[in-house]
Amino acid sequence: MTGQSLILARFPAITREALARYADASGDSNAVHIDVDAARAAGFEDVFAQGMLVMALMGRSVTDVVPLHRVRSLSTRFVGITNLGDELTCRGDITESFEEDGERRGIIDLEIRNQHDQLKLAGKAIVALESEGAG
Amino acid sequence: MVDPACLGHEFTPVVATVEAERLDAYFAAIGETNPAMIEPDSSGAVAVPPAYLFCLEMLHAQDPFAFVNEIGVSIENILHADQHFAYHHTIHVGDTLTYRSRVVDLIEKRNGALTFLVQAAEIFDQNERLVAETRRTFAVRNQAASQQ
Repeated sequence: MTGQSLILARFPAITREALARYADASGDSNAVHIDVDAARAAGFEDVFAQGMLVMALMGRSVTDVVPLHRVRSLSTRFVGITNLGDELTCRGDITESFEEDGERRGIIDLEIRNQHDQLKLAGKAIVALESEGAG
Repeated sequence: MVDPACLGHEFTPVVATVEAERLDAYFAAIGETNPAMIEPDSSGAVAVPPAYLFCLEMLHAQDPFAFVNEIGVSIENILHADQHFAYHHTIHVGDTLTYRSRVVDLIEKRNGALTFLVQAAEIFDQNERLVAETRRTFAVRNQAASQQ
């Protein structure tokens, strides 16, 4: 593959308010993401992003390019903490394709890094590839 | 410390109905504006985006931290290490899901300072179809204790 990534999505800087909104919407009331005292008590300098918020951004990056009904799996390791102010970019490329359950599938290797090129999430999506004729 | 006896523990099943307003709040919280995602699909209902399956369980569980509380681990001592979703059928607003999860592995690391707690779940819909499976690992910081 040359040049352009299949998946390239950039996200605005993570804010305290975004973490609070996500806490409400996700049912994750873990205080380390919304209460600075709780974060410090746990050994962190300030609140940090819920891993699943960042995985949701990875999911968005995939479904921007691949229709949801063709996404067969999404997996990630949480490599580094995402902090306030982190501006995340998700990049992904198809690295292999194979036949499974009667359809052609591709593996999209995915990485989310911040503006300092620090790796936050390393994952992959398995997607059904477009076949000739079928939608 | 993670009690080794929790290997194989089956968590209290969680039943979750996908609700439109809550899903809208989630889309807003993750900044999703793609019309293909936020508008109803060909079934006439809005489909659940990839990572929302994690949230549905927490939103509807009697104790959102049951996945650690039931096995004597404190939420303050864990970090999410990895997460895997496998999707067999698209899930939509109005579906009622049942989560059946269990502890499938415990891996000691760093001479007992960390335990990797691995959980797997099968998710069924209201027609008892297996719609998704998940697997996740939490890194549990064990208290600096005298046990080895």
